[in-house]
Parts: sequence; C-alpha cells; structure tokens
Amino acid sequence: MVAPLALAALAVALAWPVPLLLSRASWPARSPAAALVLWQAIAIAGGLSMIGALLTFGLAPFGPDLFTATVNLVTGEVDRIESWNALALCGAALLTAHLLLNLLLTIVRSERQRRRHEQLVRLLSSPSEVPGGARLLDSPAPVAYCLPGALSSITVVSAGLVELLDDSEMLAVIEHEKAHVTQRHDVVLIAFRAWYASLPWFPIAFRAQREVGMLVEMLADDTARRSVPDGVLARAIVLVGAGQNRPVAEPGAAEWGGEASVTEVGARLSRLGVAPLPRPLESLVVAAAVLLLAVPTVLLLSPVAAALL
Amino acid sequence: MATLGELERSIMERLWATDETLSAYDLQEALADRKLASTTILTVLSRLENKGFVTRSRDARPHRYSAAASREEHMADLMHEVLGGASDRTAVLERFVGQVSPEEAETLRRLLGR
Repeated sequence: MVAPLALAALAVALAWPVPLLLSRASWPARSPAAALVLWQAIAIAGGLSMIGALLTFGLAPFGPDLFTATVNLVTGEVDRIESWNALALCGAALLTAHLLLNLLLTIVRSERQRRRHEQLVRLLSSPSEVPGGARLLDSPAPVAYCLPGALSSITVVSAGLVELLDDSEMLAVIEHEKAHVTQRHDVVLIAFRAWYASLPWFPIAFRAQREVGMLVEMLADDTARRSVPDGVLARAIVLVGAGQNRPVAEPGAAEWGGEASVTEVGARLSRLGVAPLPRPLESLVVAAAVLLLAVPTVLLLSPVAAALL
Repeated sequence: MATLGELERSIMERLWATDETLSAYDLQEALADRKLASTTILTVLSRLENKGFVTRSRDARPHRYSAAASREEHMADLMHEVLGGASDRTAVLERFVGQVSPEEAETLRRLLGR
C-alpha cells in the first residue's frame, strides 16, 4: 500500500502547500522561464498523483503492478472486487474524464472567442505603419494586444497608443507582443485556465492561473529587453498603464483581473532593476521540476515501486 | 489572403456608409476601380452574412444587403472585450498592460510627473 499512500501524499502537497509557497516566493520574477516550467510540473504531477493514487489503490488487490493488475482485471482473472477498490477506480476514471473534458471545453470555447474577435478586428482595423505587421485600431484608448492562434496570430495597436508612444517605446510593445506569439504563451495560459475551470474549489488554482499569467508577461518583457533598453520598456509600461483612465466596470471584474494587475505592473517594473537568477540556481529549479514529474511516474510504473506494494 | 480580408473590409465600409440596402451590383459599381466579378462580391457577402455582419433581404431580386450593426456598435463591442475586466471573455487576448485599478493608474501618472 505504499504507492497509493505516497501518491496521495504527493497529490495533497501539490494541491496546496507547494503552489502556495511558490506563489509567495520572490525569485520567480528573476527567472520567469524556470518558474513557468516548475508551475507546469506542479500541475501535471499534481493531476498525475491524484489520478494515480486512486488508480493504484483500486488496482492493488489484482496484481503486484499496474500492468499485471490491469490485465488480470480485464481478462477476468479476478471474480470479486471490493467496493472500496471499485469506488477508487470509478473515481480515477471520472477525474481523468473531468480534467480532459474541461481542457477540451476550454480550448473549444477559447478558439470560438478568438475567431470571433479576429473577425471583428479584421473588419475594424487597418494595416498599420508600425513594424511587425500590427493592425491599427481607430480607438483613442491606448491599448496593444495580440491574439495568438495555432494558424494565424495578429497583433493590434490602437491609434491612441501610436500617439502616446515614441518609436522605441512602440518597438518595446511590439517585441513584447511578438514574444507572446512566437513562444506560444497562449498554450500555457489555456492549460492553467482549464485547470482552474476543472478545479475551481481548489484554493490554489486561481492563484496559479494568476501567477502564470504574470510570469508570461515577464517572459515577454525579457524578450523586449533584448531590443530596447530597460528604461524604454519601463516607460512604455508606465505610459500604457497610466493611460487607462476609464476602467470598464463589469460584474466580477474585481474578482478576476481588477486586483490581480495592481501588483502586476508594479512587479514588472521593480524586477527590471534586479539581477536575474544565477544559472546554477535556475538549473536547480528545472531539475526540481523534472524530479517532480518523475516521482509520480515512477510510483505508478516502476516495478520497484510495485515490489513495495 | 490579405485581399479577401481587405475586400470584406471595403464592402463593410460601403455598407456602413449608407442607410440604404445595397445589391451586389451596387457594390460592384462602388468598387469599380477594383474590377471585381459579381460572383466574387456575392461570395464575400455570403461570408459576411455567415459571420453575422451582414443581413440579406430576400424580398427583392437581386437580393439586397445591409450592415447588421453600425461600425460604432461593433467598435464599442470590440473595445469592451479588450478593456473589460471580466477575463473570462477577454482571456484569448494578451494585453501589453492588463487592466489597472484607478488608484494605480493615478500612481503611474504621478510617476510620469503629470
């Protein structure tokens, strides 16, 4: 019974204390890429250990390891199944289906929204003089955003933004948005949105989604910093943030994004003066992420773990 | 591919500019400098109809088309999506600077010294 217990313990640790610690740590701002890897490892290992704990517990009476137990169960080598084990197996199947369905639903819904928004943008915007093929939206509000997609992506800037920023600040914005597109940040964001959608009662799921959103912005900032000096990027962030004088109030806005970005702009500005995490430490974080993924995998599959049963 | 999108845009601009309904031939005439076949215009119109941007009245022959909503209404919709705080609907787009609270906008303005 070691494997189910160990997996359950890991699942609990990854559902609450570990992500909580990570979301409170200050180092992720110094190495957003490594922190993003760690967040993804936590999410995947968390799901794997949750499902794995139920699965190994349910299959324990049928064989020494996952493979033989499944074969025995399917070929009917076993004539009786305890209700606890059956319950655990149903739980594993339901949880797996729930997570996958939510992921699928989030992808489909996002794609529909994305396509609708893209159609509107294409009708309402015109090609701009801004380098990088950004579309120009005839609106006084200073906004810049990108709409990343698997097949086509567009970057949109508003007339208000073009008026507000000089050429180098505009370059910072464009490079930032281009990073979102080329590094496919939308894939990571969608995965964490799906995680939050499937487990909304998890205290940490919302925080994780918010943290990942912020790390992605920092990563894009770092790409922009290769093309422009830090000061220019900082000025662009401040100008665009300060230009927002008409926040659109919406029900649920405060809960969702309102408060989140209060710290986001500040965090993005203050990290510009801080040295990035040293390489060895960064490698350590990535190694921890790999280890995190390896533990539940080994517990699930390895015959060594099975021998402990 | 840019041409199809640009064509959709020019046709919408024409429909937005008038209160009257237009037929494919009216549009062909209005866009005469582009030398478009009427079938091309009909294709684009039916694409726009499928997307819900254009409504078609079948009472008359040839069919007459009009914009489903004004340019301003669409623009307001779009900006609401971009600026709105409810990120469930705006989750698909990645803004350079997300929504900022009025207090923080004030702080940033002070930082700029104005």
